Amino acid sequence: MSTVATSSIAPIKKSRFSRQGIVMTVYLVFLLLPIYWLINMSLKTNEEILSTFSLWPQHLTLDNYIKIFTDPSWYSGYINSITYVVLNTVISITVALPAAYAFSRYRFLGDKHLFFWLLTNRMAPPAVFALPFFQLYSSVGLFDTHIGVALAHCLFNVPLAVWILEGFMSGVPKEIDETAYIDGYSFTRFFTRIFMPLIASGIGVTAFFCFMFSWVELLLARTLTSVAAKPIAATMTRTVSASGMDWGVLAAAGVLTIIPGALVIWFVRNYIAKGFALGRV
Amino acid sequence: MSLTVDHVSKVVGRDTHIHPTTLTLAAGSLNVLLGATLAGKTSLMRLMAGLDKPTTGRILWQGQDVTAKPVQERNVAMVYQQFINYPSLSVYENIASPLKIRGLPKKTIQAKVHEAAELLKLTPMLKRRPLELSGGQQQRCALARALVKEADLVLLDEPLANLDYKLREELRVELPRIFTASGAVFVYTTTEPTEALLLGGNTITLHQGQVTQMGNTLEVYRYPQTLTTAQVFSDPPLNTLSVTKQNQLLKTLKGQVLACPLALQTLPDAPYTLGFRPHHFTLQPSSPHDLAFHTQVTVVELSGSESFIHLKHEEERWVALVGGIHDFPLGSAITLYVAPEQVYCFNEQGKWMSPPSLAQAA
Repeated sequence: MSTVATSSIAPIKKSRFSRQGIVMTVYLVFLLLPIYWLINMSLKTNEEILSTFSLWPQHLTLDNYIKIFTDPSWYSGYINSITYVVLNTVISITVALPAAYAFSRYRFLGDKHLFFWLLTNRMAPPAVFALPFFQLYSSVGLFDTHIGVALAHCLFNVPLAVWILEGFMSGVPKEIDETAYIDGYSFTRFFTRIFMPLIASGIGVTAFFCFMFSWVELLLARTLTSVAAKPIAATMTRTVSASGMDWGVLAAAGVLTIIPGALVIWFVRNYIAKGFALGRV
Repeated sequence: MSLTVDHVSKVVGRDTHIHPTTLTLAAGSLNVLLGATLAGKTSLMRLMAGLDKPTTGRILWQGQDVTAKPVQERNVAMVYQQFINYPSLSVYENIASPLKIRGLPKKTIQAKVHEAAELLKLTPMLKRRPLELSGGQQQRCALARALVKEADLVLLDEPLANLDYKLREELRVELPRIFTASGAVFVYTTTEPTEALLLGGNTITLHQGQVTQMGNTLEVYRYPQTLTTAQVFSDPPLNTLSVTKQNQLLKTLKGQVLACPLALQTLPDAPYTLGFRPHHFTLQPSSPHDLAFHTQVTVVELSGSESFIHLKHEEERWVALVGGIHDFPLGSAITLYVAPEQVYCFNEQGKWMSPPSLAQAA
């Protein structure tokens, strides 16, 4: 009985499935081609990149990666970037958590205007802020420091973090707060023991967004640093002008730059969509 | 512990949520707050708990002013209509949470939690998370948390409203028994007059932020001091008729003339509002003194053994609840009878005017 049923249905299903499969494959190839090409280049020598067209490395080499991991002018770029990005993520979330809680739980004079005004901070291009930051940082000694770049990025990330966290927090009924107070929880204990675990996914997504925006932001990071806190993206653009173009090393640096983002995205993959909707799904 | 609400009012912006109210709830008493939605039941309860600060007035516990005391320091337990638990904790941790905060030894906590879980039939679910449970189990978890706390004031805000009827009936019987045994002041809000009657104890009727009456549940039901109380405490709604008394006759607005019931004959001539409970209407006169009304059927709802007949009488819309199945066609004219001793009479200010002896029959 069951075999008859499957044999009569199977052919239709199969042909439809394969058509979907073709579209999907084409799309994926289209998406992954640049990334593949980057990895492909990073494993080739400069001569091979410039002389021949090859779909995969003819002379597989890890020299490009070895150079990045041994040359301080290269790997310090990664360390600098990761330092200020992590600093920024921590600061943004620490500041945004209480702010978002206030916006989601209390009504006060001008709360809606203030909430919207926060978001307008994201509407100006970073270039607008480069000049004032540069002058300010030079005069107070924050120029070329990790904390300086982290603070500058807070300008964009704190509002975003407040908006995302507020969305997640508003999804938690206020009665849970009250039940905790009735049970005898103090505010801090309630917030850390009960509330934060409830919005853990929200915090994760917010961290991801802060991380991502800070990681890809180049203009402010480059303007506000010179040597000590120079980000990896700046290092990459500056090698262009060195003796010719070191394609292989540049490609390897690109691959390494993608990895942190890919890692972070893996942890919050289930909540990303909600994060893009600022927690309001 | 007794709770006194002393001239408490709550004003939010320009809206008065609670008009100045004074109530005293005795230790070990069961108090039902009865009122429609938005009548201020939850607002009043939040003021009692200390979740909201009153605009004016004081809250006294055993004669001590606790108005300024934060809710954490008062020994209160509260259960909401929505099933509120800590989703990230297991059922066991949920029930244990108020005890853990208090810093009780682990063994005591364990014993108390298991006792409460046994009482509310939660023992097999102790390791699960609240959101993995059915609605009824979630609410029982919230109830168990309120129970282990051994609070002096237990507030239940429509705790059974979102449960299926079988569970409601079961819990409705058990809840007062479980909680009043502890000597706590027990407050229970509901929108349903029937639930108040089934729970017994005291009833406080609320209407638009005002307490209209407080007293023994049956007494409030039988002798509503005002028209509003009678309306709040009637389901289906109380039927009313505006009349003017002249000599020994009652005249309706449309000019129909009724013989004045004997007990009302001593009242001075003035306009009055008569009230009839839906189940006091009969289709056959029980005595020649019955008041008779000629009405038109608008809708008939059948509930198996009873019929809700929606009617139009002159300008008023009435509901009659009669036993048996009576499937009258729409628009048909029927005559309803009410025994004169079952007529409520309120004066123009809505104050109860019928002599108390009359209402005995209600």
